[in-house]
Amino acid sequence: MVKRLTGDHEFKAAVSRRTLLQAGAGLAGGMMIPGFSMPVYAADHPPIGTYPAGSSGNTIYIGAAVPRTGSYAVQGEDELKGMELAVEHLNAGHDLVKKMSPKSKKGVLGKEVKLVVADSAAKPNQAVQAQQRFITENKVVLMTGSTSSAVAVALNKLAQREKVLYVAGISGSNDTTGKDCVRYGFRQNFFGQTAAAAIGPVLVKAFGKNKKAAYLTPDYTYGHTVTKSMQDFLATAGWTTVTNQVSPLGAPDYSSYLLNVANSGAEVLINVNWGHDAVLSIQQAKQFGIFDKMKLAVPYQIPFLAREVGGGLLADVYCATDYWWTVEDKYPLAKMFNEAFSKKYGYQPEWGAQNGYVSFVHWARMVEETGSFYPPDIIKTWEKGEKIPSLLGDVYYRPQDHQCVRPVIIVKGKKAADMKNKEDFYDVVEIIPGDGLMQKPDAFGCNLGDYT
Amino acid sequence: MINWGNFISQMFNGLVLGALLALISSGLTIIYGTLGVLNLAHGAMFMLGGYAGYVAYTYTDSFIVAIIFGSLFVMVVGLVMELVIIRHFYNRPDEDQLLVTFGIGMCMVELVRLTFGSLSLTVPAPKALAGITSLGFMFYPTYRLALVGIIAAALLALFLVLYKTRIGMIVRAGIEDSVMVASLGINVYRVFMVVFGIGAMAAGFAGIVNAPVVSLTPDMGDAILVQTFVVVVIGGVGSFPGAIIGGLIAGEIISITSMINPGYAYVMLFAAMTLVLVLRPHGLMGSQSRG
Repeated sequence: MVKRLTGDHEFKAAVSRRTLLQAGAGLAGGMMIPGFSMPVYAADHPPIGTYPAGSSGNTIYIGAAVPRTGSYAVQGEDELKGMELAVEHLNAGHDLVKKMSPKSKKGVLGKEVKLVVADSAAKPNQAVQAQQRFITENKVVLMTGSTSSAVAVALNKLAQREKVLYVAGISGSNDTTGKDCVRYGFRQNFFGQTAAAAIGPVLVKAFGKNKKAAYLTPDYTYGHTVTKSMQDFLATAGWTTVTNQVSPLGAPDYSSYLLNVANSGAEVLINVNWGHDAVLSIQQAKQFGIFDKMKLAVPYQIPFLAREVGGGLLADVYCATDYWWTVEDKYPLAKMFNEAFSKKYGYQPEWGAQNGYVSFVHWARMVEETGSFYPPDIIKTWEKGEKIPSLLGDVYYRPQDHQCVRPVIIVKGKKAADMKNKEDFYDVVEIIPGDGLMQKPDAFGCNLGDYT
Repeated sequence: MINWGNFISQMFNGLVLGALLALISSGLTIIYGTLGVLNLAHGAMFMLGGYAGYVAYTYTDSFIVAIIFGSLFVMVVGLVMELVIIRHFYNRPDEDQLLVTFGIGMCMVELVRLTFGSLSLTVPAPKALAGITSLGFMFYPTYRLALVGIIAAALLALFLVLYKTRIGMIVRAGIEDSVMVASLGINVYRVFMVVFGIGAMAAGFAGIVNAPVVSLTPDMGDAILVQTFVVVVIGGVGSFPGAIIGGLIAGEIISITSMINPGYAYVMLFAAMTLVLVLRPHGLMGSQSRG
């Protein structure tokens, strides 16, 4: 609290002073050298956001605000690694980049890409503050990061206000490309609606109709929308909700919630908690003997969940996910990605890393296709909705809500004895194409807003 | 989910939660009461106890050794911290004390993250205490049941030290009026160091005995620290019995509210704190002199 108070004030003062000086210097410079005052792009496009300042040199910056502390720290580090690998590949003109963005050479439009990173701790205000600094100091041409939909929604709003593009990191809320969607924001990964539509039929097939379900729901936009989507879908098969235990992000103990679950008479426990909250709630559910009475399902899979909970707790548990590395048997680009990633970092990438990587390369593709860094034109290229390659085959972004229509993967936890290697935690049960999973574009109240 | 069975289950669970909060809070409140320093690194010390115990457990496979090592390690950290840093802040403004302990806490968390990574670690419960016990009205993890006894024993030990020994008498006198204690010719600094060590040890002990219930992460102390403050405020800042009563009240509020509406469990906790602050600004067991 103390830190934030003083930090905030000093920060704002410093920014406004610097901005003033820069503006003054620019003005003076412009008046002295008339021929130099107009950047090349400005003839075509008026300045907007960090354009053209952010792309006028030889280097462009991407700002990432990912959680490196708190309940989502582990997942934040993983997605950051995916982003770092993408930047490395973009600058090197790697083959995998060229497969997804054929016009790419080295860099993006020939400019070297640099990543600037801040810890968001999965807190919206911290993420916004960091990105605002990146916009002012680095003139970032792209923002990213979240691993909490509360952050994604906040950065969406910042992107629209500052007119700087934003690609969401891990964000499972329907709101990110629903009621809180913006013209300047795009999301590659799956979310509540598609997760529910994908895993719902699998659960009904496995456990039957008319079941009683208990939910563990984190108390913010991600939790509420995913739980709602699951409830809505499962209701069509006669499932009822006997209890919905809402808890704050980062709760230190789940015993009181789990007692309610244990006493609820539920047959299936649907755990929407995420990050370490999911790990802890599953481990404590085991301590309370809950899995003797009911089955577990995880609609929005958490990177590292299986290796963290340990003890075979995820054996036979169904999860919906964005990516699981063993899909490489089917998708050659996934294999290329896994090889490059595991060579650099020593483990198989989780889905956050995949999302970070693909989001960056998709953005680079849009910039290359556009031929400039002028954000409204890049957005329009994106909104053509062309089918473009991803690690899971061709996908496209919907022009109406900027949501990527992409497959959702259903995995099932393996028993320790069935694991072929130490990272073989899941069987891929089904890869479900995205088209049939999506809601109507206006179903969650998306209104994208202006280009300029 | 409101029925008698669940109500009794939640009451019982509240007791277990409360006992743990009471133990952690007692360390914080003793330090504040005696030294006047609000130790914002207390949550980090709780975490440190868990990790130190984890290391000892990994090498020896003995939970008893883990408890002893975890507690002693954090006590030594506390003693060194008092001797090297905190001592120089007794006469500085409150804000400086808050900042320095906050900073130390951050350093501890990041050092642990650097050493062990962010992936959570688990310490299994001792074999004899693993599994589930039927209490008739519900099934409850055996280790959590044992935890009540373990914590009760620790609180009793702390009580005996504070109320039945000479150093305890000096500490309690120091809580009431430290200037008077100093003027009686007692080396207050040495007492301060011992108190800081004991307070730290309480946090470290809680950290390791709690480890089989949770999984260890570097920032696990953050959420606990907030709850601990609430407990201390409810119970009365600087009051040892207050920490116990406050802890039990907090545990019950979280548990019982979660039965009625889980989303409000923590809201009610803060509402209770606000109510106490309005009606009894010095807490339930606090007194004016500690203000």
